[in-house]
Parts: sequence; C-alpha cells; structure tokens
Amino acid sequence: MGYTIAEKILLKHSGQKSIRPGEFIQAKVDVALANDITAPLAISEFKKSGFKKVFSKDKIVLVPDHFAPAKDLKSANQCKILADFAKEQGIKNYFEIGCMGIEHALLPEKGIVLPGDLVIGADSHTCTYGALGAYATGMGSTDLARAYIDGKCWLKVPASVKFIYKGKLNKWVGGKDLILYTIGQIGVDGALYKVMEFSGPVIRKLGMDDRFSMSNMAIEAGARAGLIEPDEKTKKYVAGFKRKPKFYYSDKDASYEKIYEWDVTKLEPQVSCPHLPSNTKPVSSLKNIKIDQAVIGSCTNGRISDLRIAASLLKGKKVARGVKLIVFPATQKIYLQAVKEGLAEIFVSSGGVFSTPTCGPCLGGHMGILADGEVAIATTNRNFLGRMGSPKSFVYLSNPAVAAASAITGRITHPDKIK
Amino acid sequence: MVIKGKVHKFSDDINTDDIIAAKYLVSTDAQELGKHCMETINPTFSQAVSPGDIIVAGNNFGCGSSREHAPLAIKGCGVSAVIAKSFAAIFFRNAINIGLPFLESADVDKINNGDIVEIDLATGVISNLTQSKLYKTQAFPNFLQEIVESGGLINWVKKSTKSQ
Repeated sequence: MGYTIAEKILLKHSGQKSIRPGEFIQAKVDVALANDITAPLAISEFKKSGFKKVFSKDKIVLVPDHFAPAKDLKSANQCKILADFAKEQGIKNYFEIGCMGIEHALLPEKGIVLPGDLVIGADSHTCTYGALGAYATGMGSTDLARAYIDGKCWLKVPASVKFIYKGKLNKWVGGKDLILYTIGQIGVDGALYKVMEFSGPVIRKLGMDDRFSMSNMAIEAGARAGLIEPDEKTKKYVAGFKRKPKFYYSDKDASYEKIYEWDVTKLEPQVSCPHLPSNTKPVSSLKNIKIDQAVIGSCTNGRISDLRIAASLLKGKKVARGVKLIVFPATQKIYLQAVKEGLAEIFVSSGGVFSTPTCGPCLGGHMGILADGEVAIATTNRNFLGRMGSPKSFVYLSNPAVAAASAITGRITHPDKIK
Repeated sequence: MVIKGKVHKFSDDINTDDIIAAKYLVSTDAQELGKHCMETINPTFSQAVSPGDIIVAGNNFGCGSSREHAPLAIKGCGVSAVIAKSFAAIFFRNAINIGLPFLESADVDKINNGDIVEIDLATGVISNLTQSKLYKTQAFPNFLQEIVESGGLINWVKKSTKSQ
C-alpha cells in the first residue's frame, strides 16, 4: 500500500522505515512558530525546564501579530517577552512591527516554510502552509517549548481524507467558498484528527492565495492538516527562495479513509452564518441581513488577490451609511503592493479604514471589536459566539467579494448585484 | 489517581473562545484565566465551580484555537477533569502536555448536570455515584500514559534526554 503526501512527509521526518495511521511518532521539525499570545507560555515553560539554549537559531519563528501593534500595556509586555527571548537566543526569524505580518501570510511570503517541511505552530491556523505541500499543524505552547529543547514533536499519524473538486468555478467563487462549502457539508468535526487532502481539476486552477485560504480553514473541520499536492504554481511560488523545497506526491495506491467528490460548477459564493463555520448557506439565500461592519483581511483572506477582488467592487463606490469597513492586509509587502496598485486609495475613498497588518479584529482583540447586537460580515475564519467582541454580536463568514459588496449595500449581498 | 466531583454539563462543539475569550489572553496565569472560564456562554460558571468539579461535554470539546490558556483556565477555576464524547485534537494534546485529566466516553448523555461522579484514571472507569452506574472508557495508549505519568511533556522530554 502506498503513502499519501502527508504520510510521506511524516515518514521522512520520523526517521522510521515505515509509518501507519494511528501510530505515535517523534518527528524532527523544520519550523517552530509562535506568536505574542502563545510564545510567552512556551518561553516560560522552556526557561522552567532548565535548558539554556534553543535547539536552533534558524528554525524558531516568533511573530508578534495578535495584539500587535501592542493594544495595551499587558500586550506590550507579552510582545516584549518575544523580543527579549529572540535577542537572548539569537533567533533570526523574529519579526517586529514594521517588518511583521500576520504569521500565516508572512512565513510563505518570506520562504520560511517550504513544500515538504514539517511545520509546527502554536496557532491553530498553522495548517495554512498545507497549501504548499508541507505538513503544517497547530499545537500548544508546551509542544513549542519541547521543540525549543530538542527540535522534535510527538504526533499521532492521522488518517487522510481526500476531497476532489470537479467542474468550473463561477465568477466571485474561490478557495474560501470551496472550504466553507466543504465545512458545511462535513461539519466542524467532520475531519476530526484527519488530514484533509484537497485535489481535483478545480484545485489545480486555483492560484496560491486561494489555496492558502482553503488549507487555512482545515482546522475548522477539526483536521490536523490540509494539504494540496505541489504543481507548477507551487514551484513558481517557491522558486528563488534560499532553502530548497522538497516535493512530495500521494501514491496512486495511497489509502484514504474516505473520498468526497463534488461538482462545484453551480456553487455560488458561500456564507457561514452565526455561530459555527459549518452553518454554511449560498449567499443568495440570505435575505435582508443588515450589517454594521465588514472586515476584509486576516490569515484567511488578507492577501493581495483578496484585496484586488474587494477593490474591484469598491472602486468608485461608497460604503453604506452606518457601515464600518475595515480592510487589513496581511503583511507589510501586501500593504505596500496595495498602496502601489491604488487599492489602498480605493478603500479609503470608499469610506473604509485601511489598517496595518494585525490579527486584531479576527479574534476580537482590537482594531474593530463588535458591540452588543452588532452584525459583521468578515473574511476571517471563525464566527463563534463572541469571537469578534460582544457575546451578543453576530459574525457571518464570506469571501472578500461578498464582504465588499455587502459593505456597499449595508446588507449581505451577492457581488453580482453591484453594477 | 481517583477524582471525585460534581458535574457541570456542556453541549457539543464547546470552542476555545467559549472556554477562555481572546481578550483575557494577556495573562498566562491559570488562576487569573480561571476567573473567566466559560464566561461567554455562562458568565457565573467560575463562581459555581467548587474545587474538584468535573466538566462533562459532548463532541469536539475544545475546538478552535491552539491556546493552551484553555486547559489552563479549566484547571485554574478548580475543575479537576473533563469528560467528553470527543475532543478537538489540539485541546487533546494540550491537556495531555499540561496534565489536565480527561476521558473520552460514549456515555456522556447518561450523565446529568449536578451528578456526583468518580473517575479512576488508571482503569478508565467512571462511577456515577448519584445514579449508581458505572461507565467504562478506553485507557490512554502507552505513549500518552508515559507523558501523564512523567507529569507532563517537558518532564517526559527531560527524562528521555537523560536516558539517551
């Protein structure tokens, strides 16, 4: 029996001769990531352990992005723990604001994560890098502290589930809609402890930004990772980075616990309604849902192609009276690109806010907390009760086109309706 | 190890934002986090918990974020163990790594809010003292038991580095 791409990467990093789903392995990590919420715990566990030096200065990545730029004194102190630790240990990949970005957009952009890598991150959306053909998975702070000590992590090898998307995508439908649809079909624990492997002709046509959006939300179905086999687009994306990628592909006789196959030709933009990412509905079925805020950005949809789509709708238009539009590009590079292309001007002219990169609004941290009773449409990844602020607020998840169209009309709107 | 306490019941898909909202993640102190445990869905939860109490929940407990603050908050508010039909994967490993006792049980629906239950972690047997019933669960695989017996992941690593 052959191996899936995920199993091949885990096998390589375990140093074993063979592996099988359900088995516990100790694997060497290529990248160990943490942010300003999770790193302070990891660093304090590392220090308590009595070990003095981290296992590698190159493989540890620290990104203060959640409450940064520091939203208050406590957050400032947390961010400082990362800065001090990076300095003390000589950690190369520490990103202060100014060169910072939302971690899951920043690491691929900088070539820090590459195809074939085993990446662990104390952030659940670490699964984003699966889009590159890497095994990337979210863990906790203590897992990170352990990796700081010996460069390894423990894993129970997950079984894989394959998703094949066939047909041709409609205008305004992209990776975000495919993943919202998928979660809607299988539920928030539909891939619990599994690897999701996204494949089929529709995936091959998706650009890298759309692929990142898909892999990013694998965790929302309970999955450990969400992988896409590399192709020419992947190779082009990683060409020129210093470290060399390793390309793995699933064997023809690889074993999958389940295979889903969908024709997505008729799929329209999807919206996940409060309070679970699996409450997915086609946008045109939502009638007269008034919004107070539209949020475009995050590790799910804060990349340049997301901003281009939003700007194409907002150009020459005004945000509806009473609606707050917040656009936050995911990295400094994307921010600068948006300025150069005139996208930033479109957002600001339309009456929106164009923010520095931060995770802030997505997790109800800062930069746009929802008040009691407020409704938001957001291109983020979670709509749990109280996720973006008040426990009495409501979050609808969508792609950037739906969020932009809704900002213009003040109601959840199909982008086709914007003329 | 035997744990005895009063049951606080929760539904399916209790997420980490429910367990501890992001606004409180400016602290890593378990006691401080514990004051706000489950606040979003039950604002008086932390006051209702007596030390040793047990959370009993449905499927996919702890889904969402990787924040280890979630099992820390549960420990910090005095809860001694969690029983659920299933656990989200990151919560599962965090609980193992920091030594929060938990069990997966298919019999969760038979346990009522307020029941007094006793858990024997070595045998995986849950005794519902209120209803005089026993529920059997699967014991942890050997590797996970090793971590638990070492007192958490970091101690396990220390031991295994020494023995090499």
